[in-house]
Amino acid sequence: MQVWLILGVILLLASYGYQRGRGGALASVSGDASKLHSLPSYHGAYLALWAAIPALIACVIWLSAEHQIIKMLVISGLSADSQALEPQRLALLMSDIRNLASGDIVRADPSPEVQAAAVRYAELAQVSLYAKLAAIAALSALCLFFAKKRIAEQFRARNRVERIVRYIMIAASVIAILTTIGLVLSLLFEAWRFFLRVPLHDFLFGTHWSPQTAIRADQVGASGSFGAIPIFAGTLLITLIAMVIAVPLGLFSAIYMSEYASPRARGAIKPLLEVLAGVPTVVYGLFAALTVGPYIRGFGESFGIDASSESALAAGLVMGVMIIPFVSSLSDDVINAVPQALRDGSYALGATQSETIRRVVLPAALPGIVGAVLLAVSRAIGETMIVVMAAGLAANLTANPFEAVTTVTVQIVTLLVGDQEFDSSKTLAAFALGLVLFFVTLALNIIALKVVRKYREKYD
Amino acid sequence: MLDSETNSATIADPKVVCRDVSVSYSGKQALFDIDLDIGIHQVTSLIGPSGCGKSTFLRCMNRMNDVIDGCVVTGSISVDGVEILDDEIDAVQLRRRVGMVFQKPNPFPKSIYDNIAYGPRIHGLVRGKDELDEVVQTSLERAGLWEEVKDRLLQPGTGLSGGQQQRLCIARAIAVRPDVILMDEPCSALDPIATARVEELIDELKRSYSIVIVTHSMQQAARVSQRTAFFHLGIVVEVGETEQIFTNPRDERTQGYITGRYG
Amino acid sequence: MTDREHNTGIAVDAAEVKHARKRYRAERRFRMYGMAAIAAAAGMLALLVISIVATGWTAFYQHSIALDVTFEAKVIDPKGGRDPSVLARADYRKLARASLRELFPDVKKRGDKRKLYGLLSIGVDQQLAELVAADPSLIGQTRRVEIYASDDVDSFLKGFIDREAPESDRRVKDKEIAWLDKLEADGAITSDLNLRFWTKGDSREPELAGFWGAMVGSFFTLLVTLALSFPVGVLAATYLEEFAPKNRWTDIIEVNINNLAAVPSIVFGLLGLAVFLNFFGLPRSAPLVGGMVLALMTLPTIIIASRSALKAVPPSIREAAFGVGASELQVVTHHVVPLALPGILTGAIIGMARALGETAPLLMIGMVAFIVDIPGSVTDPATVMPVQIYLWADSPERAFVARTSAGVMALLGFLMLMNALAVILRKRFERRW
Repeated sequence: MQVWLILGVILLLASYGYQRGRGGALASVSGDASKLHSLPSYHGAYLALWAAIPALIACVIWLSAEHQIIKMLVISGLSADSQALEPQRLALLMSDIRNLASGDIVRADPSPEVQAAAVRYAELAQVSLYAKLAAIAALSALCLFFAKKRIAEQFRARNRVERIVRYIMIAASVIAILTTIGLVLSLLFEAWRFFLRVPLHDFLFGTHWSPQTAIRADQVGASGSFGAIPIFAGTLLITLIAMVIAVPLGLFSAIYMSEYASPRARGAIKPLLEVLAGVPTVVYGLFAALTVGPYIRGFGESFGIDASSESALAAGLVMGVMIIPFVSSLSDDVINAVPQALRDGSYALGATQSETIRRVVLPAALPGIVGAVLLAVSRAIGETMIVVMAAGLAANLTANPFEAVTTVTVQIVTLLVGDQEFDSSKTLAAFALGLVLFFVTLALNIIALKVVRKYREKYD
Repeated sequence: MLDSETNSATIADPKVVCRDVSVSYSGKQALFDIDLDIGIHQVTSLIGPSGCGKSTFLRCMNRMNDVIDGCVVTGSISVDGVEILDDEIDAVQLRRRVGMVFQKPNPFPKSIYDNIAYGPRIHGLVRGKDELDEVVQTSLERAGLWEEVKDRLLQPGTGLSGGQQQRLCIARAIAVRPDVILMDEPCSALDPIATARVEELIDELKRSYSIVIVTHSMQQAARVSQRTAFFHLGIVVEVGETEQIFTNPRDERTQGYITGRYG
Repeated sequence: MTDREHNTGIAVDAAEVKHARKRYRAERRFRMYGMAAIAAAAGMLALLVISIVATGWTAFYQHSIALDVTFEAKVIDPKGGRDPSVLARADYRKLARASLRELFPDVKKRGDKRKLYGLLSIGVDQQLAELVAADPSLIGQTRRVEIYASDDVDSFLKGFIDREAPESDRRVKDKEIAWLDKLEADGAITSDLNLRFWTKGDSREPELAGFWGAMVGSFFTLLVTLALSFPVGVLAATYLEEFAPKNRWTDIIEVNINNLAAVPSIVFGLLGLAVFLNFFGLPRSAPLVGGMVLALMTLPTIIIASRSALKAVPPSIREAAFGVGASELQVVTHHVVPLALPGILTGAIIGMARALGETAPLLMIGMVAFIVDIPGSVTDPATVMPVQIYLWADSPERAFVARTSAGVMALLGFLMLMNALAVILRKRFERRW
């Protein structure tokens, strides 16, 4: 709610600035707009931008710092005992205080100390809100005041406004970079904290994964071990199954579409494959868990194979179906980029269509197809919902597709969902897995894009 | 359409006989009732301004037009007395007998060896590696390329120079032992020296094959061909001995084209 | 190779004909592989749709048991104050049970009674409370009320439970079946459109669970996503396409955007958790944070689509505008962007459709919580449609299976609507230059 309030104040000041700028400009030439260097509306826009942008920036900075500052103040007001708590207990306490302050349900009856802290929290938040409003309004008014002095007959308002707009655009483009930096930093930072507790080589080369760490030291059998090999193996197994499905089906669909199908048939097939790409992954997950998994179990049983209903095969199969359109549409582009002259050369020697495709078109398109497959692999590795719903949680180190395996994404989800605490090895492990996932998919993607680009240059 | 007294469209010992050949692309007619004979063991050149239909006509003779959607060919073309426009005739088999060389060299992105071996392999013309090696070598020799590439047969054909690529394509075409070779402006993408080599090669090849060449260069037509047909706006205006066409054209349009009044 | 004898015509020898036949078989086979691949893909899609519809359609109607309920004043409002908070908290279950006992007076044993009461949904108190809240004059009267049957009874009435199966394998026992048969004979069992599904939030009880809460949550989430990613995306695309100098920086931005488009969605969830929740302390489970995470995820899509739409505007338009003395910004805002707008919007809708179907990153930021209330703003705890589907898919009750599939149908319906909108936009406003 407070966001709307602040935005409202800023908007009000900005529209006031617009009116004043317009009016001021017209007044400076006693109503004869043609004497102005820039249209009156640019003068107005100039003031409006000055009223809004510094205030908005200040607001964003304030909002991002507010939480940390209030937290520090509240903690400093707690008793010495509470302050001496280890960080993860303290974080729990803080979240209790916050929940109480915002009127949410708290887990247990709050202690008086927590209640007092909650009251203090609410007070601080209230103070912060008023201070924020005052500061923003003051800043906005100040900027307006100075900017308004500039309004004059020969003031180049249009150029100024355009320069500001350009800066805004640059800022928008930089957000993409900031996102990447944010991704890398947050993953690196949390993963680094994880590797302080669990050595890197234990993580990368250990063969036993059981992330349940003890909450109390005296708990039994809950030491937690973080050998990620079974997870990587499970991911690879499922990706492999998915590729075995998706590559031939996708490639042959692409070949049929680009080489054989009439324009009308193509017009029907392409949207069909696009639908396949547009189905949300949670729906595929449901399909895998509800229909394919039990079917595979029954199928396995009829052959005397002991198949669990959560199997690598079910997840991999459905994931393969999901990836068909990626392979097919990328391969379709790649095959279409093969010059007609090569096909003509082959036909002129009396090759049939399939001979031309197999021996001339496909070899020529191979680098592009490899790129497409790499992109599809990266997609499969990062896919989450299908495996969460159909692959299971057991970290088995197995190559048997009828068994349940687990993947990097499944583990990230199970480690983090429902967990409020944020300092145990268990939750931090999710970030280490996320880091691996991020860099593997990134590398695959960069290689794939390079390969495809090189291929395109060859025929351009 | 043609008056056979003024035009020698028909000849005594034809390899290919074309009668009333018309072509239209998606309803738009490009060629009108072409009558033309292609002589055995000689080079026939098709000349005329761009867009006159020479290449279209050329592509009728090995049914390369089949590849283009909406292209309809009517009339009759027979090779050695066999009607090739007949649906019964397999275009794939036909193209093995009537090879083609394109305007731009289009070697496959494979090794030089595989480029030549491609045709014999798909047609099952050879048994064993030794025989294939021999076909590759003789084809390259006949195309005058052997000496230049014999040490790098396994390098990609796309790495050769333009002239070499075109000779590679010619070698590729003769490796399947065709009867007729169609050449669609084979030298237009080449420099003068490479062009001279290809022309020499064409002269050489006519002893074994019947060759039809589309060219923009009248000098080239005069140099390499024995018979010449002049195309204009989708019809054959004049056809005859090359010497006669160039020294004594009967039709004023031919005259105009040759003397460079249009083209 | 010497000069060969010329082949007489294109007629060929027997060996060659045989070889050709083999080649044509290979040709047909190859072509068939292509068709088979497409058929397999289409078949999978069909199987998916069929399995969803087949399991889900039954969730769109629901059975109720009509009972004559006496709204006894001394149970509901003993003091007679008609205080709404008293009315809301009264023991309505007792009333429903009383009327059931009246129908089946010979049920005496305690265990049997519990089974009898179990025919009705646990939400019966809520249902009756709503009636009374809407019309307090009901108190003291007897009314025929259609009360939701429990999920097991509903499943039985929909035919999912085989009455021939051994009793121990059935969730609905012989006695219950006998009671239901009697009710059926009395015409007390009715089947209606399941309006609750479209108007209520989640519940632990399948017969009470609704999808509306998730729909509203999705709406708020997408609102935030759109409000953030559309302006930023269009501004960034315009800058990169129209203004940016071609230098190392813009190259980096470009490569970066392409790579961001391929980052697994779950990694964005990790970013949201680490940065938005833990660092900035934004509320968990809120559409605000969900929308922000999805906005970062959709941004590359919108930028890439917008850039290609801007690229398609021919330079002649720009030259014409420059020719009459427009500034760079005016050229772009007055001419180029309006002309590219259909393409930009199409890209935005497709990006939104993807965001609507996205689940994984939202799990990371706590949108998996069990939430009954319909969210009223972007900071209220909420869930979204795909997450609701995921939650229901995890629930053990048989009746949730149908609900899950029904939710999928609703989600797919919205996606189809959005895609249809994009197609219409493209068809209607697409310009060929």
